[in-house]
Amino acid sequence: MKVVVEKHPLAIRWFHWVNFPVLALMIWSGMWIYWANDVYRLGWGNTTLFKFFPTSFYRAFHIDHKLAQGMSWHFVLMWVFFLNGLLYVLYTVFSGEWRYLLPNRHSFREAIQVTLHDLGLRKEHPPIRKFNGAQQIAYTSVVLMGLGSVLTGLAIYKPTQLGWLTTLLGGYEFARIIHFALTIGYVLFFLVHIAQVVRAGWNNFQAMVAGFEIQEVSPAMGEVTSGPTALPAADSSQKINR
Amino acid sequence: MTEQSRLTPPPASYDEAAEAAALQAAAKRSRRSFLITGALGLAGLAGWRWLDSRPTVEGIPGPLRKVLDFNADLTNAYYKNTRLAPEFARSRARKIRVNGKVGLSNGFDPQTWKLTVQAYAPVGTSPQVHTFTIEQIKALPRTEMTTEFKCIEGWSTIVHWAGVRLSDFLAKYPLATRSGQRIADPHNPPADAAAYVGMTTPNDGYYVGLEMQSALHPQTLLCYEMNGQPLSLAHGAPLRLVSPLKYGVKHIKRIGTIAFTDVRPKDYWAELGYDWHAGH
Repeated sequence: MKVVVEKHPLAIRWFHWVNFPVLALMIWSGMWIYWANDVYRLGWGNTTLFKFFPTSFYRAFHIDHKLAQGMSWHFVLMWVFFLNGLLYVLYTVFSGEWRYLLPNRHSFREAIQVTLHDLGLRKEHPPIRKFNGAQQIAYTSVVLMGLGSVLTGLAIYKPTQLGWLTTLLGGYEFARIIHFALTIGYVLFFLVHIAQVVRAGWNNFQAMVAGFEIQEVSPAMGEVTSGPTALPAADSSQKINR
Repeated sequence: MTEQSRLTPPPASYDEAAEAAALQAAAKRSRRSFLITGALGLAGLAGWRWLDSRPTVEGIPGPLRKVLDFNADLTNAYYKNTRLAPEFARSRARKIRVNGKVGLSNGFDPQTWKLTVQAYAPVGTSPQVHTFTIEQIKALPRTEMTTEFKCIEGWSTIVHWAGVRLSDFLAKYPLATRSGQRIADPHNPPADAAAYVGMTTPNDGYYVGLEMQSALHPQTLLCYEMNGQPLSLAHGAPLRLVSPLKYGVKHIKRIGTIAFTDVRPKDYWAELGYDWHAGH
C-alpha cells in the first residue's frame, strides 16, 4: 500500500530554493566581471579547444560591458550565498541530517555502482535510500566547493589584508583560476543534477518542494519496497552485504 | 529524530479507505507547497526587479551602494596598516600594458610641471596651497618595491616601482593635519589628521580618492620610476600614485593636485558604478 513519508525537512528545502537563484545570480554577475578579462581556455600551446567564452555567447546573453554592475551585485549577493550556505551546514550538523549526507567508507564503491547503473552498464539497482553513495559524494563536494568559492573569492577580493589567504591559495592569479573553475563545476553539477531529477521523477521532485514522498510499503512486512528508506548509508550497505 | 519514527506505521490490515484519505491529504499538501513556492519565487523576482529599479547612487541602485558601503566599513574595521601586500623578486617584474588615457590630454609639458598640494584646513577657511618640483619630491627618501598591480578588469602584472612613500612626504611636510603638525608615525596619525586624500590630473579629467589609512600605508607611493626606468608619459610621468592596496583605477597618472579633506573626494570610476574603495 502507499504511505506518505517525510523526506526533506522544511529548513533544507528553504536552503535549497534560496541557494538556487542566488547561486545562479552569482554566476551571472560573475560572468559580467569575468568578461572584462576573459583569458581562460581549454587547450595547450597555441591550440585552443574551447575559449571561455566565445564572443557570440556574450552577445547572445548581453554579458559585455557590465563590469561595475557585475561587481556590485556580486558583492551584495555574496552575503546571501555565504549566510545561506553557513546556515545549511549548521542545520545539517545540529539536526543530524549530516548522517544522510556525509559519505562513508561504503559511499565510493556505491557511487561507482550507481554511476554504472545510471549509464546502463549495470543491471542491479543501487540500494534505495534517502541519498545513495553518489549523492552523498556529490552533495558533500558541492558544499566544499561553496567553501572554496568563498575562500578564493575573499582571496581575490582583499588580497592585501587577507594576503595570507591569497598566498595559501597559490597567489592572486591562481586563486582567480580556482574561483572560475569552481563556477564551471557548479554548472556541471547543475546539468547532472537536473538530468537525475528528471530521471528520478515527480515523487522525488515533489519531496524537495512539499517535503514528503509517497512510498509503496508491503502491508505484511511494513518494509519499504520503493522510495527512500530510513536507514543511514552504513546500515543499509551492511544489509546489502549480508 | 530518525526517519523511522516519522514513518506512518503500517496498519494491521490493508485499509483502502485510510490509504485513499492519506493520499488525498498528501495531494492537498503538495498543491499548497507548490503554490507557496511559486508565490515566493514570484516575490523574489519582484524584489529583484524592485532593487534594480531603485534610484541610482553613483551608477548603481541605491540599496546596492549601501551594501557596498557596509562592506567597506567592515573591511576598514579589519584593516591594518601593518599588513603588507606580497612583494616579489625583482626578476619577476614584467612590462605592464597602458590601459587608461583619461585625464592625459595632449600639450602637457613635464618640464614645467609642479605638484600642487592643498593643505588640510578646517571647514569654512580657505586652504593653503603649496607647490613642489619633481626635484623636491625626489629629494625625499626613495622607496622601491616589486608588487602585483591588479586591474579591476581582472588582469594583474608584477611591476618594480620606485618613488616616495606618501607617508614620508607627510612626515616631512605638515600638510595633512589641522594643527599643522607632521605625521611622524603613519601607524598612529594625529587625531586631527584629514580623513581623506583626493588627487586630480592637471586638467581635472581624472580624479581619485583614498582614505587616510590607505594613503599612509607603507606601500603607497608617489611613484616616478617603473621597472628601473623613469615613468613614460603614457604611464603617468612625472608622478603617479601606486598602491598595491588598491585596484589600478586608483593609481592615478600625472598627479596635478593633492588635497587633504574631511569630505570623501570624488572618484572618476566610483561615479560610474564602481566601489569607491576599490581594494585592500
